[in-house]
Amino acid sequence: MSRRVRIGIFLAAAASFGALLIWGFIGLTDFGHYKGPYGYVLNRVALPERHMTNVVTSAVFDYRGFDTMGEEFILFASVVGVVLLLRSEGREDDEMEDDTGSDTVRVFGTLMVGGSLLVALWLIAFGFVTPGGGFQGGVALAGGAALLFLAAGYGPFKVLGNETALDPIEGIGAGGYVVVGLAGLVSGAAFLQNVLGPGVPGTLWSGGSAALVNWCAGAEVAAANLILFSQFLEEYLVPLAGKQQS
Amino acid sequence: MIVASLVPLQSAIFAVVALAAPAVALTRDPLRQIVVNGFYGWALVILFSVLQAPDVALSMLVVGGLAYPIVVLIAVARVRAGKPKDEGGE
Repeated sequence: MSRRVRIGIFLAAAASFGALLIWGFIGLTDFGHYKGPYGYVLNRVALPERHMTNVVTSAVFDYRGFDTMGEEFILFASVVGVVLLLRSEGREDDEMEDDTGSDTVRVFGTLMVGGSLLVALWLIAFGFVTPGGGFQGGVALAGGAALLFLAAGYGPFKVLGNETALDPIEGIGAGGYVVVGLAGLVSGAAFLQNVLGPGVPGTLWSGGSAALVNWCAGAEVAAANLILFSQFLEEYLVPLAGKQQS
Repeated sequence: MIVASLVPLQSAIFAVVALAAPAVALTRDPLRQIVVNGFYGWALVILFSVLQAPDVALSMLVVGGLAYPIVVLIAVARVRAGKPKDEGGE
């Protein structure tokens, strides 16, 4: 295809896309103005009903908790898919290379791992009090473990990125969400309905079932991301180790 | 709700986002692209913060700053590590 034809096709596509975009923007409400009633209703009822000071988390893990369960299983299924594609038998962990050059990087990097894991746990724990929650904290938890690889190498990372430990955590995280939901059904209420009582607003004892569901999501997301990282890392390191030997 | 004192900051960050997005698309080298994308992600984090959406900003921070670059970095490193050896040196 010649350059001319390509540019012609691009210009036609860009013009029609641009027209659609402008047409769409004309219909929007003005900047800073919100039309839908849903947000206003939640802002009004979330604190009195659920005793959660972070209204966003009350929507994610309580009012729309069923949607979040679907999202959690999307992540679960995609990580299972990656593991099925990448996991192979007969790998020897001893062959992995460990080549952090500088002691300073190793010391301060490893110290920062503790700090970032603490921040991640805080993000999960206080997700329904202040901004945060299971998803953000879970990824941060996995990121802290990935920092361990960068600072100290593959051997120490493998302690946290150990799949025989992570697989059950991921499963318990995903399954625990459903169990908390079923607890609502068993007690005669609706699926995922809060059965523990709302608790005291502004403390860790608020949110009831949503707090448990939040921890389940945190465990699932952290384990899923760590499994993903360690699968990719193995894929990167194993052929190198094999090649250096031969 | 518009907070008047935030509007100049919001406009400025909108401009940064509008410049950073095409910069990501126009960077050809994947390794540089990860860095430029990190800058773009950071601009979005600031944008969501000044639009008073801290939960979304945190999500963007962990996805744009941790999960996505790690996966892409390892993939790029893997491709680069495989290539020269298969072809017998660069």
